[in-house]
Amino acid sequence: MSFELRVKVLLLAARNSGLETQNMPINYYIFLSVALFCIGIVGVLTRRNAIVIFMCIELMLNAVNLLLVAFSKMHHFKRAVADVSAGSDGQLFVFFIMVVAAAEVSVGLAIIVMMYRNIHSVDINFLNRLKH
Amino acid sequence: MGITPILFWVLSVIALFSALMVITSKSPMHSVIWLIIVFFAISGHYLLLNAQFLAIVNIIVYAGAIMVLFLYVLMLMDLKKETEPQKNRWLKLAGVVGGGSLLLVLIAALRKVDIEHGIAETRLGDIGLIENLGKKLFTDFVVPFEISSILFLSAMVGAVVIGKKE
Amino acid sequence: MKNALELSYLVPLFPLIGFLIIGLGRKYLSKSLTGFIANGVMLASFVVSILIFLQVKDGGSYVAEYFRFISTDSLKIPFAFQVDALSSLFLLIITGVGFLIHVYSASYMHHESKEHFARYFSYLNLFVFSMLLLVMGANFVILFIGWEGVGLCSYLLIGYWFKNTEYNYAARKAFVMNRIGDLAFLIAIFWIISKVGSASFTEVFSADGLSKLSGTDITAITILLFVGATGKSAQIPLYTWLPDAMAGPTPVSALIHAATMVTAGIYMIARSNELYSLSHITQNIVAYIGLATALLAATIALKQNDIKRVLAYSTVSQLGYMFLALGAGAYTAAVFHVMTHAFFKALLFLGSGSVIHAMGGDQDIRNMGGLNKKLKITAFTFLVGCIAIAGIPPLSGFFSKDAILLASFLKNPVLYGIALFTALLTAFYMFRLYFVTFSGKFRGTHEQEHHLHESPALMTVPLIILAILSIIGGLVGIPEVFAKGGDKIGQFLSPVIKEHREHEVSHATEYLLMGLSTGLVVLTIVFAWFRFKNYQPKEETGLGKVLENKWYVDELYDRIIVNPLSRFAAFLNDVFERYIVDGVVNGVGKAVNYGSRQLRLLQSGQVGSYVLLMVLSILLLLVYQFFLKK
Repeated sequence: MSFELRVKVLLLAARNSGLETQNMPINYYIFLSVALFCIGIVGVLTRRNAIVIFMCIELMLNAVNLLLVAFSKMHHFKRAVADVSAGSDGQLFVFFIMVVAAAEVSVGLAIIVMMYRNIHSVDINFLNRLKH
Repeated sequence: MGITPILFWVLSVIALFSALMVITSKSPMHSVIWLIIVFFAISGHYLLLNAQFLAIVNIIVYAGAIMVLFLYVLMLMDLKKETEPQKNRWLKLAGVVGGGSLLLVLIAALRKVDIEHGIAETRLGDIGLIENLGKKLFTDFVVPFEISSILFLSAMVGAVVIGKKE
Repeated sequence: MKNALELSYLVPLFPLIGFLIIGLGRKYLSKSLTGFIANGVMLASFVVSILIFLQVKDGGSYVAEYFRFISTDSLKIPFAFQVDALSSLFLLIITGVGFLIHVYSASYMHHESKEHFARYFSYLNLFVFSMLLLVMGANFVILFIGWEGVGLCSYLLIGYWFKNTEYNYAARKAFVMNRIGDLAFLIAIFWIISKVGSASFTEVFSADGLSKLSGTDITAITILLFVGATGKSAQIPLYTWLPDAMAGPTPVSALIHAATMVTAGIYMIARSNELYSLSHITQNIVAYIGLATALLAATIALKQNDIKRVLAYSTVSQLGYMFLALGAGAYTAAVFHVMTHAFFKALLFLGSGSVIHAMGGDQDIRNMGGLNKKLKITAFTFLVGCIAIAGIPPLSGFFSKDAILLASFLKNPVLYGIALFTALLTAFYMFRLYFVTFSGKFRGTHEQEHHLHESPALMTVPLIILAILSIIGGLVGIPEVFAKGGDKIGQFLSPVIKEHREHEVSHATEYLLMGLSTGLVVLTIVFAWFRFKNYQPKEETGLGKVLENKWYVDELYDRIIVNPLSRFAAFLNDVFERYIVDGVVNGVGKAVNYGSRQLRLLQSGQVGSYVLLMVLSILLLLVYQFFLKK
């Protein structure tokens, strides 16, 4: 057999027998992502510094991104034979999430700076204007 | 144990530990640093999954731009270490309990989920490469792509307007 | 004149129109116009009643249904009038005597202001309307509507001079006692409807209807109906309102509490005679209570000093006679006595009104005396009334009372004996009243003496007409003994009232009874003449005092019933109302207040707590979704 063919066969064999190429079961990614997400939530609930809360939100976003990428690979693995680009949606979605996160961070930090200028603190307990 | 699981576990441990440090550091500066480490770990995961483009973009955008922005703002504040009083102890406990129970519930719910062929392919698979993603992005997803540029424009304008000193 | 029966709806319609016009326009109509309208509608009703009577006499009878009043799947109660012998006779009495009393009132109430004058006549017209509804109704429900209506108008008219609190109490007492009877009446109606499925007279009294009622049903229904009648017709134990009702104007007492409303009970029982004939227990109860009431009231009347009170107790006593007749199965005799009693009692009341008018409002007979010199027409007509009520032939009272005495003799000679004794008492107290008021010397003040004058024509003409009726009214009921076929009223009522004489009585017995009663009555009158011709008022002692205080029945009722109820009501007001009812209602308000205060704390404005709540809510949702949903 020619070299390319042998590589192809090997790759095919590898593709079809999950254990040999040591693919990860999706559950592990799910648990990891959920854990990171919940750590982010605990951070939001626990901290008082607005900037740290913001960072925990970014952490949550990243957990979701990770899960999306993992699922996109899962779909690709399932359907790669039929459709070459199956699963690319997930990764593109992650791309757009990053876009939005960047925009959000810029605006959010601008607001925090504004807040700091007015009350010289970034403690969220002083932000109770929503009461009225 | 193959190389893949080992890598997975190592990266996971780093990510989780750093995340915990993010939320428990006293100084915001330290939190920023730990978050950057989390991002690196996540990028590592992306590389493991052969999502190369995203891995790089994660580093550049998140760790490189966003976190730097955070650092600038923090330095602007010139916060002393721990000027902020701690939150009410009960509220902190409530927060931890709430988040913890959410974790438990989600894990319990998702534990028994049986996904057919639930295998995430690592190290192989072409869709993570720039060429294939680009092909998809500029054909099927070109409209969101263009709109995201408008999004950036509005964010810029907004940030400038908000940040102006009257 | 075939259509007179079809115009029967006009009879109650005229007074209703009168009520509406006078009632709504009371601020604008002049007194003469008001009087004209009120009397005009009464006259119109009377004319139509005559036409109807003439037609019914020739054997007509009519049930006219006007609209569906209650119409459900299982129960149909139409708004219908039944014009037959019984109702047409009552129509004549109500509209005829009513018309005369309206005319009298136009003069008697003349010094009221325009608005109150109109108020009086509107109430009076409304009363006539209700009474007509009562006697013309073709089923128990319409009868009951009229029943309630007359009770209401009685309340309104007794309390006509509403500025006086005592009068208001009297009105309230009348209404409440009526109400107690009404409850029993209602239960009886419900019972009838539940067993027979209809309330119409034709259906209930048909053989088919009666077969649906068992013996106990009939006894219970008749007793309940009788309790209702005791309330309306002032028998034991619900009679104490009638003497107090004299607080109203005298024409009201004449119309309502002598001639019409109080006879509603008699009418109702006469109408239900088929039911009553089937229940011997009830008949006995009716007879005994009637007789007891007659006797009790007569004894009280012996010692009363208010001219209207004597007449009131006399009314109660005569009503007792009528119930005695009903209990003895002599329904025709009872209706006959209703008619004659309407004549002479209205006459007596109107006459007393004339006296009061002359005395400037004083009603105490101890201040009167010797009035027959100044008030000739009043005195003469009053005398006619007294003779009639005493039962001297050939005046009307004799024939009707004699029929009753005969029926009671046939039922039980002991009843006859007591009834005869009561008749003697009746003669005695009536003539006491006459002699004390009109004979002897005047005992009042000088100003009153100067004020004495005969009443104007509008008042004396009705007196004269009623006196004539009292004299000749008995001629429609001449018993068989005197003239064959003389009992016209009996023949007239026979299609409606099914009577059967149980024993035939020999002529000799009849003559004996009649002679006995007449002779004893004459003796009593002579005795009264000697006793009272020169009357001097004096303090009462012993039995006289008890009688003067009405056997202390009112006080007894107060002690047993009224005071406990008052205390109970006070308890409910102070304790129950304040703490429990108000407590609950205010408590709800306080609870809502408290809850909202606590809820308001949620909106603290602290972002952190908002996020915590969000997380907890999501947690709950997830738990529900994944673990609790089946």
